[in-house]
Amino acid sequence: MSQNVTAANPAAMERVKFKKQSQAKEIWRRFRKNRGSMVGLIMLTIIVLALVFANLITSYDAATAQNLRIKLDPPSAEHWFGTDSYGRDLFARVLYGGRTSLSIAVLATLSSCVVGCALGAIAGYFGGKVDNIIMRGLDIFMSVPDILFTMAVVFALGASMVNLLIALTLAYFTNYVRLVRSQILSLSDLEYVEAARAGGAGSARIIMSHIFPNAMGVIIVNTTLNVAKIILYESTLSFLGLGMPPPQPEWGLILSEAREYMRSAPHMLLFPALAIVLTACSVNLIGDGLRDAMDPHLKS
Amino acid sequence: MYRYILKRILFLIPTILGVVFIIFFVLNLTPGNPGRSILGVSAPQEAVDQLNEELGYNDPLLVKYFNYLKNLVLNRSFGTSYFTGQAVADEVLPRFGVTLKLSTIGIIISTLVGVPLGILTAVKQYSIWDYVPSVLAFLLAAIPSFVLGMVLLFVFALKLNILPSYGLETWKCYIMPSLCMAIPITAFNVRFTKSSMLESIREDYIDTARAKGAKERTVIWKHALKNALLPVITNIGLNMGGLIMGAVVAERLFSVPGIGALIVDRIAYKDEPVIIAGTIVISITFTIIMLAVDIIYAFVDPRIRAKYTKVKG
Repeated sequence: MSQNVTAANPAAMERVKFKKQSQAKEIWRRFRKNRGSMVGLIMLTIIVLALVFANLITSYDAATAQNLRIKLDPPSAEHWFGTDSYGRDLFARVLYGGRTSLSIAVLATLSSCVVGCALGAIAGYFGGKVDNIIMRGLDIFMSVPDILFTMAVVFALGASMVNLLIALTLAYFTNYVRLVRSQILSLSDLEYVEAARAGGAGSARIIMSHIFPNAMGVIIVNTTLNVAKIILYESTLSFLGLGMPPPQPEWGLILSEAREYMRSAPHMLLFPALAIVLTACSVNLIGDGLRDAMDPHLKS
Repeated sequence: MYRYILKRILFLIPTILGVVFIIFFVLNLTPGNPGRSILGVSAPQEAVDQLNEELGYNDPLLVKYFNYLKNLVLNRSFGTSYFTGQAVADEVLPRFGVTLKLSTIGIIISTLVGVPLGILTAVKQYSIWDYVPSVLAFLLAAIPSFVLGMVLLFVFALKLNILPSYGLETWKCYIMPSLCMAIPITAFNVRFTKSSMLESIREDYIDTARAKGAKERTVIWKHALKNALLPVITNIGLNMGGLIMGAVVAERLFSVPGIGALIVDRIAYKDEPVIIAGTIVISITFTIIMLAVDIIYAFVDPRIRAKYTKVKG
């Protein structure tokens, strides 16, 4: 149907494209005006660049090479963040640990988003029995607190990166199911969806090209804020011994090692904690800014 | 209205059955071996196999599930710990009491501090009363609770030496664990209450109230606050998940003998009965509290009441 429109009326298609672009521009214009969010964006860019190009800054060996003669040294010109209990360079550990932490957070966010959106779309669009089964199942699923469920999964499958991803996905997809379902319920009553249906568009097409683009704003904001939540959650799991197995550097793991040496080496606590807090703060600032920028009626 | 409540309470039964099943299902994915856990590495294989058979380890999942439920309902027993050999109920329930006490203190602090601060930031928006609590809440929401707990330990136990770093002997011992649990939730409550209050202030009925000539104080405290507090009630229910996580962390960090620390400790020993029982006890409590919050919400919010009477006629 819409292909016919494209062929018959290229000008209309042109207009749609133009409109789309200007909306993104409009959001960016509003986002840019928000000073806090811009600070967040700049901070996150610096952090991500530092993590991506970590091997240009310092070698991975520095993060794992042990040297007991310099253990628990305070920060110095040679070791910017000091050294840990094995004499490993803390700066390198924080840097490479950030790679692990952030990539797990991003991957887990994406996979929970995909799983949750798919289930939410099915529940919201088909309604009736399908909706009932999915939502009641979700109710039961959500009755097990996240942390306990994650603990059970890690207990059953063992601690590894893949299992951690599975556990995090299971803890965070529920959000999206509810969100997408409610979006679809409110959007599928609108006239343009009715029009698409009357035009003979199938369910999948309506969901993908008519409903999702309109629900996108809320999903993006939620996903951004989730990245920050997962960074905190994941580090907590590692701290409890349920996340990444040592000796691979990871923020939560570095912090849990710091616990015993807090008295003699508080720098072991300070720097990885700062890394987590700065990253989570900048992601949150961006998320808040996106929410305000995408929801113009909030600003009026 | 009562039908709604009855329906919700009846749904509690399948929920609890479902929760037990999910936990059973997940824990069954493990390649563990209870006979080996109990008898140790050096025990002969036949003895291990025999014990596994006695424990019903080789039964299919559903049989295990029904046997567990039967044992739970008829004998009120959670089984025996693989690790200590004691009745699981005797290990889990006293520790559950400790966690419950800490959580109650945590939820009281976070509500009594977080909600009024949130209202303050919204009412005095763009003033110092808004900026200071908002920025603080923003920062605290980005600190994982175990880092917060470690900072508390460092300052109050190691440097100032005014609070004990472990145990639960005196009231002083409760300060750090409950703060560690309460602070992140307080921060969350400030942010949530603020946005709820701001949304409520923007509504049309606030303009109406002002147009009627109501005093600003009446408008804020009667019209805006009443409506803003409704979502805050649900929010307290949402706090529960974070609270349980905070409890696990605080108990681990401050060596408090609670149920969260028990579960984490026993994971290393593959002590399945304790892990299952602990998870079930917390999940059921969690479910009941969520239900209570929903019912209170339905009572307080006239819109829900009206909707339900209309639908059911």
